[in-house]
Amino acid sequence: MTPRAVRSGVDGLLLAVVLAVIWEALHLVVGDLALTSPWQTALAAAALLRSPDFWPHAAETGGAVLRAYVLAVGLGLPVGVLLGAHRLSGEVAEPVLVALYSIPKIALYPVILLLFGIGMAAKVAFGTIHGVVPVAIFAMNAVRAIDPIHLRTARVLRLPPIALTRSILLPAAVPGIVTGLRVGFALTLVGTLMGEMFAAQRGVGYVLMQAMGVHDMKTILSVTLILVAVAVAVSVAMLRVDRRLHHGATPAA
Amino acid sequence: MSRAGWIRLGAIGALVAAVEALCRAGIVSPLRLLPPSAMVLGLGPLLTSATMLAQVARTLADVGIALALAVMVGFVVGAVLSALPRVRAVVEPLLVSYYAVPVFVFYPFFIVVLGLNRYPRIAIGFLLAVVAMIVSTLNGFDRVPPVLLKTARVLRLSRVETVRRVILPHAVLYVSTGLKLAVAYAFIGVIAAEFIMSGDGIGYEIAFAFNNFDNRTLYPLILLVLLVSSSLTLALHAWERRYVARQTTQEAR
Amino acid sequence: MRQPHAVLEGVTRVYPGTGDRPPLRALGPIDLTLAHGEFFAVVGPSGCGKSTLLELVAGLQTPTDGRVVFEGTPVRGQVPDGVGVVFQQDASFPWATVHDNVAFGLRQRGTPAVEVARRVQSALSLMGLAGFASAYPAQLSGGMRQRMCIARTLVLEPRLILLDEPFGALDQQTRLLMGDELLKLWRTTGATVLLITHALDEAAVLADRIGVMSARPGRLLDVIETHWPKDRDSRLLERPELAGITARLWAHLRRESMAALAPGGATP
Repeated sequence: MTPRAVRSGVDGLLLAVVLAVIWEALHLVVGDLALTSPWQTALAAAALLRSPDFWPHAAETGGAVLRAYVLAVGLGLPVGVLLGAHRLSGEVAEPVLVALYSIPKIALYPVILLLFGIGMAAKVAFGTIHGVVPVAIFAMNAVRAIDPIHLRTARVLRLPPIALTRSILLPAAVPGIVTGLRVGFALTLVGTLMGEMFAAQRGVGYVLMQAMGVHDMKTILSVTLILVAVAVAVSVAMLRVDRRLHHGATPAA
Repeated sequence: MSRAGWIRLGAIGALVAAVEALCRAGIVSPLRLLPPSAMVLGLGPLLTSATMLAQVARTLADVGIALALAVMVGFVVGAVLSALPRVRAVVEPLLVSYYAVPVFVFYPFFIVVLGLNRYPRIAIGFLLAVVAMIVSTLNGFDRVPPVLLKTARVLRLSRVETVRRVILPHAVLYVSTGLKLAVAYAFIGVIAAEFIMSGDGIGYEIAFAFNNFDNRTLYPLILLVLLVSSSLTLALHAWERRYVARQTTQEAR
Repeated sequence: MRQPHAVLEGVTRVYPGTGDRPPLRALGPIDLTLAHGEFFAVVGPSGCGKSTLLELVAGLQTPTDGRVVFEGTPVRGQVPDGVGVVFQQDASFPWATVHDNVAFGLRQRGTPAVEVARRVQSALSLMGLAGFASAYPAQLSGGMRQRMCIARTLVLEPRLILLDEPFGALDQQTRLLMGDELLKLWRTTGATVLLITHALDEAAVLADRIGVMSARPGRLLDVIETHWPKDRDSRLLERPELAGITARLWAHLRRESMAALAPGGATP
């Protein structure tokens, strides 16, 4: 392994240890009722993963997140690219997108439920509305930011449109687009979870909501631990791709 | 207003008119979606009702506190991290994956620790907003061009003066992005917390209206939330364009 | 005879190696003396260490070997009082207006406000920026920003002015005019000037003496005296002697630049 990979591995381990220590300290201060200890949580998480009751929920959520993400990207990416490429449209749409990004989507939750009814459709819709906006915004900015000099270079090289897109536009815009995909995934995941918390009988969000209702901290924390582990793993993998595409520049969070 | 502004107004107007038509024609049932005109009219009784206004004020106050805390703490932490690169390297993956964590699950924890009052909600809003602030602060400090630091040395500024008169003003220019996000996230966090598990604030009122099938109250409330959060964000966006934009070149932004 | 204004004795600069790269000898050994009030230009191929030389004189870098002396005192890691630097990159403070940028150093020193206003106004007029006092640097062109940085340096009346390719971003005609302005300022202030440039004709017109540097690690191959009168400007381009000077410069630099560009050569 390269020295840098070793160092980042050690850093990651260090971070995990520090977090665990802080967690344990907090637990000792506030007690079991408020915060289960890290060790108990880990055990509970392992038990959950072994339990046959958990996996149907996980599958339900996983399916919902996947559908929501595909929709978010399928809608957000082309819209973002088009808005970035066509200057006037981008100018018209930008404040709208910024406003949409800042809206507390949970306020729209009742609307979604009323329009889609209870069930998978509502969950997916909720997840989608969380993810679609950042995907679009990042894609738009990535395409906009393409230096005009690249387009002029393409004209000098007399590239036809498809070659232009493939060999210049996409490579130039992909790093920014991937950042949007990464942020969009995190938000879609959280959005879908929130969507599952009400008016659902299945899914990890439902399990969470039940546990929150009775202050079952052990379940809350063990489920969250599993969720965070999955989300972070996906995020780190995407981050690696993001970093490589940016050739060393710091990616946005 | 610019040409883009007119187009935007026209497009939104057309959309609203279309929804209005669909509702009035009975294609979309009022049990699902209230016509936009009714939503707007419903704002009147809302804004004149003392109890409602009190709830709005409560939510805004909570958002304000969460935001103020997030901005101050976020800036300081960001500044400190930028001065300690080793620590920063360890913490960075946490910052980047942070938004994949469903922060709202810690609400019960905060209730146990802080009590059944407004502080858990503020805590959630704070937690969501603070990382956006930290990341954009780091960005601001990162981007101080070496030539400005050299200029500070040529002008024989002490370390403290360099931080105060060169690094800080420069970082502040780039912090406006984080500020926008912090506002949005503070809103999202507080309202989500209110919605999920609270007896107070607009989020709670929305949940209450929804559970009681009270569309006539529900939709105007949702509209109110959308209007408040959008106008705040857009006001910040406009301020950034006017004041910050004239201080930063296109490449730097 | 008066003491030299600045001296470099056996100065070398070696950048220490990191995990991936071996140590890099950027410069030296260099011996150079700057007389009070002279205009000295340095030319050399890319990567020869011209900017490093300037930063060593300014005290922004410390020599690995040898020493730098300014006004009789050794320069050690700190920029001495009386030194001004105009950098190649845009050093404008984006958050401050043009006026506040130029006033920055004066305010730093505690100069009274009335005096500050007067001197800033005069510096801006001199650099042709009088109408832009309340504009922000981002609203100015690159050339204007550079002029603002020069104004910011000059308003502090430095005794030694160091310029690192200040006109690099400008077109030839503007460069020649800016060069004339620089000469005027030099005559008025009586400061010593060290100018780094890659433009041979610029060095030949502006300078009393021109130091020619070799490819990396840069050493002084030659110092050419121009014998120009103090009262000069870009109309020197008409003079036949100018061609001779630039020819001598190019004779050195052609060889050094080719060496720098060759595979395994020193070009960064």
